[in-house]
Amino acid sequence: MRDMLKVKVYVTIKQSVLDPQGVAVQGALHSMGFHEVGSVRIGKYMELQLDTDDRFEAEARVKAMCEKLLANTVVEDYRFELEG
Amino acid sequence: MKFAVLVFPGSNCDIDCYKAVEDTLGEPVDYVWHTATDLSAYDCILVPGGFSYGDYLRCGAISRFAPVMAEVAKAAEAGKYVLGICNGFQILTEAGLLPGTLRRNMSLKFRCHDTLLRVENNSNPFTSEYALGEEINIPIAHGEGNYYCDEATLAQLQANGQIIFRYVNNPNGSLDDIAGISNERGNVVGMMPHPERAVSSLLGSEDGKKMFTSILKTWRDQHESASVR
Repeated sequence: MRDMLKVKVYVTIKQSVLDPQGVAVQGALHSMGFHEVGSVRIGKYMELQLDTDDRFEAEARVKAMCEKLLANTVVEDYRFELEG
Repeated sequence: MKFAVLVFPGSNCDIDCYKAVEDTLGEPVDYVWHTATDLSAYDCILVPGGFSYGDYLRCGAISRFAPVMAEVAKAAEAGKYVLGICNGFQILTEAGLLPGTLRRNMSLKFRCHDTLLRVENNSNPFTSEYALGEEINIPIAHGEGNYYCDEATLAQLQANGQIIFRYVNNPNGSLDDIAGISNERGNVVGMMPHPERAVSSLLGSEDGKKMFTSILKTWRDQHESASVR
């Protein structure tokens, strides 16, 4: 059987861009007494199963997926991890 | 002048756009499904509002890869007129036909009410019948209309007159109060407010009518000068 690669993709709002959801969650945490919370940034987490065992090719392909679709690089950063 | 109204799964302002063209201009207009691969018959393409593909991943992120979008890019390149409204604006930015992106509203609320816009450029094909600085009443209905672009892009938009409309009272946190922009050439316009919902006093405002009459006039002026030549 052909090996599968598992990819974890994280998409986050760039540090230079305000994240209104993160600010709202930070406010909620503060009002609950969690005053130590300095900032909250909300992002997206995606899991992909790739039908390949070629890690080198997978890296390039996942990068292309992030650039083209999974992240909007005007306001978002991405990173990913290959597993398995 | 022939209009196309694109329809994606989840579009919900397509009928409003169609009716606005039909009632305001009486020009031919067709619904065009997102799988279409030929827009050559049309002079103006309207990309309507709604929640195409459920806004999954990001607003407009998936729609921009619909087959019809390659044709929209071709039409824009050929100098035809393209207007994206609300979700249509989001789709055009995702497609790279307009710069920047639309973020979640600063308030995190879905804002659905009348807004006052100021016409910042009336030399655009879609705004030629407005007065410069005219304030018009056009409704908004969005949760992600908070325009953003980097500083260099903003400077370019300002310098080239690409900011078409600004909010008089910013409802969503948009950078520089931006409500609508154009591409550098001016033939592609995107805006969050809905002019197609403001074409009759029965709807509360008819201030959106001039967007439709402007584009028809622009097209006719070109068309007639071409035929006289």
